[in-house]
Amino acid sequence: MTVIDTALPQSATSVRREALYFAFRNVKLLIGLGVILVLLAIGIFGPLLVAGTPNAYSGLPMQPPSSQYWLGTNTFGQDIWVQFVYGLRTTFIVGVLGGGLAAIIGMAVGFLAGYRGGLVDEILNMLTNVILVLPTLAVLLIINAYLGIRSVGVQALFIGLTSWPWAARAIRAQTFSLRTREFVDLARLSGVRTPKIILREIAPNMSSYLFMTFILLFGGSILIASSLDFIGLGPTEGVSLGLMLQNAHQWSALHLGLWWWFVPPGAGITAIVGALYVANVGLDEVFNPKLRDS
Amino acid sequence: MRHYFGRKLLIYGLTFFVAVTVNWMIPRFMPGDPVASMLARARVSQPEALEAMRAYYTNLFGLDEPLWRQYLNFWAALLQGDFGISVWVFPTPVATVILGAVPYTLGLMIPAVLLSWVVGNRLGAFAARRKLLDNTVLPVGYLLTATPYMWIAVILAWGLGVVAGIFPVAGGYGFSLRPTWSLEFIGSLLLHWALPFASLFLVALGGWAIGMRNMIIYELESDYSNYLAALGAPQRLIRRYAFRNAVLPQITGLALQLGVLVAGALVTEIVFSYPGLGSLILKAIQNQDFFLLQGTFLFIVLGVLIANFIIDIVYVVVDPRTRAGMAGAAA
Repeated sequence: MTVIDTALPQSATSVRREALYFAFRNVKLLIGLGVILVLLAIGIFGPLLVAGTPNAYSGLPMQPPSSQYWLGTNTFGQDIWVQFVYGLRTTFIVGVLGGGLAAIIGMAVGFLAGYRGGLVDEILNMLTNVILVLPTLAVLLIINAYLGIRSVGVQALFIGLTSWPWAARAIRAQTFSLRTREFVDLARLSGVRTPKIILREIAPNMSSYLFMTFILLFGGSILIASSLDFIGLGPTEGVSLGLMLQNAHQWSALHLGLWWWFVPPGAGITAIVGALYVANVGLDEVFNPKLRDS
Repeated sequence: MRHYFGRKLLIYGLTFFVAVTVNWMIPRFMPGDPVASMLARARVSQPEALEAMRAYYTNLFGLDEPLWRQYLNFWAALLQGDFGISVWVFPTPVATVILGAVPYTLGLMIPAVLLSWVVGNRLGAFAARRKLLDNTVLPVGYLLTATPYMWIAVILAWGLGVVAGIFPVAGGYGFSLRPTWSLEFIGSLLLHWALPFASLFLVALGGWAIGMRNMIIYELESDYSNYLAALGAPQRLIRRYAFRNAVLPQITGLALQLGVLVAGALVTEIVFSYPGLGSLILKAIQNQDFFLLQGTFLFIVLGVLIANFIIDIVYVVVDPRTRAGMAGAAA
């Protein structure tokens, strides 16, 4: 017993050290993480440093970028840099909440369906497939339009409730292959309850996969939220990158040639989501030795 | 095979049932009185018209009847193609409004979906064997999949439309034209179609290329590829087998992505004021036209289900394992 007890933590740390070693050598992961961290820092600390609120009228309308207004002003004289900074924050919040909720539901459904099998699996699988086939944005549109409560939280809630199915499916398939392994059998034979087996035995063995699923859901939430904002179903208070795009389009920034109004918000969304995807590929290479370039 | 289709049909039927039920439930169980709010939004000043509308809405919602009857009535009307009457273009039935918009959306969606899928798969397969191409396709692909549909649409409209002045940036055809089968009209139609199509095509392209690249690399490293190579089979043959095997998951992917692609088409249409279902949804939301919103929603669900069904059939044709009776794989 003592041998195993001392051997296990050692091997765990060495695995972790190996992962860290490859993580710091993986260019994709470093670039992706770097971009996300910079944008996250702007989103967290930016609002504390810029003067004024995002929707305040701070200067002359339609000013091109200058040293005073870093990203210029829009037709209302609102500072686009200030809006961008606040918008980034909103975007991250929607991503974390929506993606997090979707990940939790996806994991719960996937683990349960994959581990229990049988009738539970049949029912959960049917549910997953039904929601998978429903066009999510159309559902969100109609619920959003009726409800009329437009806040970041509600938006994230609905996105989380509708975007979990593919994750559930993938996790179910992984669980299927894990549940017949010896260590799971051993746990079951020694009378460990199902939730504990899932949390202690199965989940840790696919933790890297679960983390990557969350990253993809995070990016997906941001994209869906920006579409909703653009259609006019965004939060009524505050500002988000999607709302900025909507405003720019609605007040014909295109025809007025105010490129500094519609380029930054879209570039911000693309940068966040793109960096997430690239970091995800990097993570995949870190965790999966087969994919590493020799 | 009967098992396979039976299961699929069950899911599609269930999905449609859920969609219709959600559609029915929302105005009835959400807080607020839909009839009152619609009357307020319709801004009808004449009292007789107001009364007529109230009677009409109350009748249409069937709010005086028991709930189960309301639900059955909703289905009955739906199966007869009765989606109610639009508030936004008042006396026109919702079905008529939708049918006028559907050709534009389909004309945009079908070529964009199919072409991006075919080109993306070719590109991805190509990237898998050339290092140089791989290093360009992969980053560009990730950038494209991360781009919101409407942003690429806005950028295209600005660059090629406003600045370069090559393409018109709004509408489905010239403002001075009426829909006829004249050469001038068709030319104008194509010109207005180009940019929305390009933006849909580009965003979807990246995902397919990346997916195919990963699948091909996986297939080329698998046992059968190594075995073929050991037997001395030409690289071309191995690649052909790899491609055939890698395409199968991509077909499933097409079915899974369909909902996302529809969403993309909707916001793209809004950017270009393209007269399809997306613009209709925007108008419905802005005018609080819930009948129109419900109608378009059901139409989109139906469209996605039909498209999924077609993809299922294609899958059976392409994959011999499904044809051989999924009996063994049903677990």
